[in-house]
Amino acid sequence: MAFHRYDAVVVGAGGAGLAAAIQLADSDAHIACVTKLFPTRSHTGAAQGGIAASLGNTEEDHWEWHMYDTVKGGDYLVDQDAAEILVKDAIEAVVSLEHMGLPFNRTPDGKIDQRRFGGHTKRHGEGPVRRACYAADRTGHMILQTLYQNSIKHKVNFFDEHHLVDLLFTDDGQCCGVVTYELKTGELHVIQAKAVIIATGGAGRIFKITSNALASTGDGIGIAYRRGVPLMDMEFLQFHPTGLRKLGILVSEAARGEGGIVRNNDGEAFAARYAPTMKDLAPRDMMSRFIWQEIHEGRGINGEDYVLLDISHLPPEVIEAKLPDVTDFARVYLGVEPTEEGIPIQPTAHFTMGGLPTNNDGQAISDPSGTIIPGLYAAGEAACVSVHGANRLGTNSLLELVVFGRRAGNQAIKDIQSMEFVDLPKNPTAYVEERIARIMSGDGKERVAEVRSAMQQEMTDNMSVVREESGIRHALESLSSLKNAYQHVTVDDKGKIYNTELMEALELEHMLEVAEVMAHGALARQESRGAHFRNDFQKRDDANWLRHTMIYKTSDGIREDYKPVTITRFEPKERKY
Amino acid sequence: MQVTLRIKRFNPETDKKPHFEEYVVEVEGTDRVLDALNQVKWYQDGTLTYRRSCAHGICGSDAMRINGRNRLACKVLMKDLGKRVTLEPLLGFKVEKDLLVDMEKFFDQYKSVKPYLIADAAPASGERYQSQSDRAAFDDTTKCILCAACTTSCPITWTNDEFVGPAAIVNAHRFIFDSRDQGAAERLQILNKSSGVWRCRTVFNCTDACPRDIKVTEAIEQVKRALVLGEVH
Repeated sequence: MAFHRYDAVVVGAGGAGLAAAIQLADSDAHIACVTKLFPTRSHTGAAQGGIAASLGNTEEDHWEWHMYDTVKGGDYLVDQDAAEILVKDAIEAVVSLEHMGLPFNRTPDGKIDQRRFGGHTKRHGEGPVRRACYAADRTGHMILQTLYQNSIKHKVNFFDEHHLVDLLFTDDGQCCGVVTYELKTGELHVIQAKAVIIATGGAGRIFKITSNALASTGDGIGIAYRRGVPLMDMEFLQFHPTGLRKLGILVSEAARGEGGIVRNNDGEAFAARYAPTMKDLAPRDMMSRFIWQEIHEGRGINGEDYVLLDISHLPPEVIEAKLPDVTDFARVYLGVEPTEEGIPIQPTAHFTMGGLPTNNDGQAISDPSGTIIPGLYAAGEAACVSVHGANRLGTNSLLELVVFGRRAGNQAIKDIQSMEFVDLPKNPTAYVEERIARIMSGDGKERVAEVRSAMQQEMTDNMSVVREESGIRHALESLSSLKNAYQHVTVDDKGKIYNTELMEALELEHMLEVAEVMAHGALARQESRGAHFRNDFQKRDDANWLRHTMIYKTSDGIREDYKPVTITRFEPKERKY
Repeated sequence: MQVTLRIKRFNPETDKKPHFEEYVVEVEGTDRVLDALNQVKWYQDGTLTYRRSCAHGICGSDAMRINGRNRLACKVLMKDLGKRVTLEPLLGFKVEKDLLVDMEKFFDQYKSVKPYLIADAAPASGERYQSQSDRAAFDDTTKCILCAACTTSCPITWTNDEFVGPAAIVNAHRFIFDSRDQGAAERLQILNKSSGVWRCRTVFNCTDACPRDIKVTEAIEQVKRALVLGEVH
């Protein structure tokens, strides 16, 4: 076992983690940034379409319009004080990325160019507005590269290929460090810290059809939960309407922002029937349901479970300059030529709206009244502030990473000045060592991949775009038996060096728990709101459910609690586009 | 269809030298090489080791030699490879285990060219402006995902430990030709050393290997020209 001590440790080196790490490094704090990959492999790099900010570079726009869209897009489950911070800070955040060197596409007069995106409107819903700042269809790639480049400039100290395996707490609940598993050596590392910032991303890999990287296994979310930290709003998992058929690979909403149209088997641009004003730029939860409805009513292509995204009418130079990657994906993976034919698409598990509940400064909280968990912070997809509520708008995630990653970093800078290092628990690695030993010596009646793929199939079958009680109960029963099956898994690889099989086995344990929390929240929430659509409760129910779900792991099983939604400017209304 | 994967294996804990092992997998033509590798790891032999993450060619984790050519395992489909597929680790870097190589040297080379914007204080408010044509001048090299396919395809890097390699030059190019950047002179000085661009023999392997279709050789040539002519634009 190796031991390290830092003022702060950031876990995760995607957009949120790097944004936090750069703030901390800039303050001369002694910090480490831990990632199970290399920083540039983080899933932020797969984001395509843009980052929202009401710069107004190509047409009139205001932060207040952006806030309205964010709140309405989130089906009013958004905490509006947090959303106000998001949209106001957006302008400075995007400008600061430009100052760091991000190569945004430019307008003819040299400003950052902006384009349309789902759910972003002018004058509270009058029609689409150009708000998404972008770098072709690789905006996430450019944000990740730019932040990584700046972390080199600021000499951030990285622990590459260190897998988070535990969070350490004192008896009175203060987070005081992390345990990592170094892939290269198989050694456990204890990193003591005054501030631990969780920025480990989402958990889309719990589903079979997903746009998420194989690494998006919800590590920080699952490990915090196991250690008693509540998870908030986990039933809200966004399905992106346009994933490549069967593969789930993301085809950016930018394709529709630039004029792409989704068509059914009759060639009909059906979104206009459901959302007459925004049409194909209705928010993702709605677009996914429209597609589900078309398929359900037999208008999928040849009656099958997909529809077509048509960009063939766009000028070739627009495709070349603004959508090169997504057209390449269609060519490489489906053998489809998007300049001539429709791209087969279907909804794909995309974004974890829920996560570790935090206040507006990234401090993790332990209850509905907002009690701070000392030493623990979270930002980005692993966190739930909540700026996305029940459904995130496209381009608000890259924005969240930068805005709230920096806020968490800044808060940690403040806190560590007045904090002392506290004693670690005795035998801080004992728990992890026991788990590893159990996996290494398991009876091997079950294989990790079989348990995992059964979980993924179950979640895609019963926890997708449309849910109902019987299906969710089925998922819960299935997850319960898969947790039992997990007790019998072992690994072929008994070695120390780059034992990536062991890593997958460790991930699966908390994936099963995170899946269970999602299903539990979905069963309890007897209404339809945003990405959570219950066929047996099709209406939103503000009287009973305008509140955040908080789920705890306790020695007596799962416990639920609920937290009120903060409403400042916009009273809930019916959501029409 | 049934395909035989011939995979170069090396486990430093048990092996003195690498050897090939064969695995038969049942795949669809549209499966990626990565899917076939996952099938082996998940259902046949969990000890098989490689890096992977996004599985669609954007994170840069799974560059390897596929039938002798540097490719991303997640961007090559099985139908394009035939019934026997040989998979080997990238050349020129120390093999840590099976298809997984030590990337430390690669990232050190990258860092050596100062891959970040070097510029005077930004405007107090608002973004810097940049014309569309200035932005286009370095568009191609912004696509780099640091997968190392180019650098490890270059015969010079196989025999010369000093050469920074194509990927580092691509990332230097991305800043040298960015009109907002003022660090061109110091980067060009770095690339003018014996470890820099003059080692390049214009073999074009790098361009062939790039999974992002970056015109790597052309970028290197542009850097050479900037050195000779003493001007960037």
